[in-house]
Amino acid sequence: MPQILSAKFIAPNIKRFDILSPKIAQRRKPGQFVIIRIDESGERIPLTIADSNNENGTITIIVQAVGRTTMELNMLEAGDTILDVVGPLGKPSEIEKFGNAVSIGGGVGTAIAYPTAVALKQAGNHTISIIGGRSKEFVILEDEMRNVCDEVYVTTDDGSYGKKGFVTDQLKELILHKKIDFVLAIGPIPMMKAVAEVTRDKNIKTVVSLNPIMVDGTGMCGGCRATVDNKTVFVCVDGPEFDAHKVDFETLDRRNRTYLMDEKISLEKFQCESEKHFQRK
Amino acid sequence: MLTNKERMKIARQGMPQQEGSTRVNNFSEVNLGFSEELAKMEALRCLQCPKPICIEGCPVGIKIGDFISLVAEGDFLGAAAKVKEDNLLPAICGRVCPQEEQCEVKCVVGKKSEPVAIGRLERFVADYEREHVGIRTPEIKTKTNKRVAIVGSGPAGLSCAGDLIQQGHDVTVFEALHELGGVLIYGIPEFRLPKEIVKAEIESLKKLGVDFQKNVVIGFIDTVDELLKNGYDAVFIAVGAGLPYFLNIPGENLNGVYSSNEFLTRVNLMKAYQFPDYDTPVFHCKNSKVAVFGGGNTAMDAVRISKRLGAEHSYIIYRRSDVEMPARKEEIHHAKEEGIEFIYLANPLEFLGTKDGWLKAVKLQKMELGEPDSSGRRRPVPISGSEYQLELDMAVIAIGNGSNPIIQKTTPELQFNKWGNIVVDNATMKTSKEGVFAGGDIVTGGATVILAMGAGRKAAAAINQFLKNKNLELH
Ligand SMILES: Cc1cc2nc3c(=O)[nH]c(=O)nc-3n(C[C@H](O)[C@H](O)[C@H](O)COP(=O)(O)OP(=O)(O)OC[C@H]3O[C@@H](n4cnc5c(N)ncnc54)[C@H](O)[C@@H]3O)c2cc1C
Ligand code: FES
Repeated sequence: MPQILSAKFIAPNIKRFDILSPKIAQRRKPGQFVIIRIDESGERIPLTIADSNNENGTITIIVQAVGRTTMELNMLEAGDTILDVVGPLGKPSEIEKFGNAVSIGGGVGTAIAYPTAVALKQAGNHTISIIGGRSKEFVILEDEMRNVCDEVYVTTDDGSYGKKGFVTDQLKELILHKKIDFVLAIGPIPMMKAVAEVTRDKNIKTVVSLNPIMVDGTGMCGGCRATVDNKTVFVCVDGPEFDAHKVDFETLDRRNRTYLMDEKISLEKFQCESEKHFQRK
Repeated sequence: MLTNKERMKIARQGMPQQEGSTRVNNFSEVNLGFSEELAKMEALRCLQCPKPICIEGCPVGIKIGDFISLVAEGDFLGAAAKVKEDNLLPAICGRVCPQEEQCEVKCVVGKKSEPVAIGRLERFVADYEREHVGIRTPEIKTKTNKRVAIVGSGPAGLSCAGDLIQQGHDVTVFEALHELGGVLIYGIPEFRLPKEIVKAEIESLKKLGVDFQKNVVIGFIDTVDELLKNGYDAVFIAVGAGLPYFLNIPGENLNGVYSSNEFLTRVNLMKAYQFPDYDTPVFHCKNSKVAVFGGGNTAMDAVRISKRLGAEHSYIIYRRSDVEMPARKEEIHHAKEEGIEFIYLANPLEFLGTKDGWLKAVKLQKMELGEPDSSGRRRPVPISGSEYQLELDMAVIAIGNGSNPIIQKTTPELQFNKWGNIVVDNATMKTSKEGVFAGGDIVTGGATVILAMGAGRKAAAAINQFLKNKNLELH
């Protein structure tokens, strides 16, 4: 069972874990993910590998607590183990020397954009990063991005840090001043959609990373299917990265809501149980 | 001693089972198994033909007459041992093999009355052994220090592992999922094949020394080439089919439309029927209308699950007629007992959705049977102007599986046919790549548990020979 070597919150509700998994650490490429299951009754959820360290044999995942499983995960500490970790899954990001390459991360999406930003830099791109967050405390990985990128911009919805506004405002401004050759956008669906709209008529190659509901992660179930270029794709094996201008975001968003009610039931049950647990303690 | 005439007079013993109306409320096994008395009585029906032809119908050649005569004598453990000379997973095969088209169809008794219930007896002896003395494991030959990697832990992989470990080789089985057993675990539901039984069979392989590594997707973490480079002397690829086919009609991505693989995996592997005690959800079938498209075992499993999850209407919608349905007779029979509604000769044209994207109906076209096609079954042809709508809340597509491309994409030297199945020599299961063998659904396309097992055993024999030859070359 893979062990957690370090676990710390980097923003409210967002925790960074280094997990011992030498083989995956050695193999993984930017853009790939793992599927984890915390315990015997747990569900399988995909998480992007944000980073890895070959010396320690660890992979890094960054988790925002939004539902039951992520909440349960974020209660784990260094020394705890995770029952199942399988990976690396999915196709690696297609990295080229594009020229001026912008990586945009919204919220926890920055964690997913980070490894690709590193790879873009290594491939010789002039690498620009836009980090977006609701407010100051939700801006993550700024130092890491500054270490690898040539330019870093921060936007917050409420203006509590960086520039007030959305990542798209910053992107539009960049496009005005510079020839942008490539955009990677990862974050909530509305954000990715908005970025796609900004770059569409400008013909800027734009890639997004999709986050459908998954089960096996190996192309066996088809649960992760999405519509891209009017065709059905299995995101876990055909992606997760796709041409933003061809993705049907409405279908993705709608399919992601399939279990909304169950997620609520599951979460409430978990909160109720953990309360009882703490009361007993 | 009974005369043949007397034997022929005994009626085929019925399988004790849970009542249809009770069992649609639970996931426990439908068939309860023979008692010792029933088993002995059934065994007496066997004529002990001098030239038994039932064996020809068995893909692994179980010595049917011999084991049945031991059952008749009351030597149930001896009978179990006899079965296990040829079949390592009898408790499983006794439950899921299509006996009516294999051994039992050949049975001489069946010409005049009903055939001997060979499958039920196989199941009985396997259960008897497991429940009374635990699964007994065979002797292992001296270690050869040869290592074999097996990719996939379905019936093909398990049977190959069982044979090779007995020959003294070191065997590692790599499985992509977090549970072992392939379709036996994620596909076939608890009420037809209790998972405890699959687990017990796998435990016995562990006891023999087979090393199982879960959560390892070969192709992603190590390729087949790397396994060979990293010290494995041979590789057996048994990755199953594992790529769901969809109908490719409009509306297939609506919420509430599942592939059978997804629906079954959620329910069987992830235990969604126990939600919220288990975290994985599945569509709430309670009081809803569910349709499963297809006519095979997978379709029957899915539709019977939907009934157990509380569906008001559970339909099977099949393009051909009942005669052509490929599912096991017993499953179709059980499904009918459970109130499943069968709609034959209907083809889906389109799924229709609500404005927020949930399935609400399917547009169907009526069909009639025309000339036989390449499979020998009469081809369904559409009747024009016969379109109609059926209201639905959930749909499951169970029209078969293609081949999962992960191994193909990562093993360049391996030869595949145009459907993505690995090309092998049928006698040895050898592939185009030295030291690599393959068998089961990845070679045949979706088939049966026993054919996969048979392929695993054939490959094990060939791998054993291959490793011996390799040794000779070295010395
Ligand atoms: C719902 C359902 C009901 C069925 N009912 C019956 C029945 O009643 N009777 C009958 O005889 N047959 C039945 N079948 C068919 C039967 O189950 C299959 O033919 C049989 O399981 C095939 O065995 P296999 O070993 O080839 O593959 P599988 O059982 O599919 O096992 C393959 C295993 O390999 C793993 N794998 C795949 N890719 C990789 C990889 N790259 N690395 C590592 N592991 C990998 C998979 O996760 C899987 O566990 C049914 C099938 C289904 C789906
Ligand atoms: S998660 Fe099952 S096919 Fe992608």
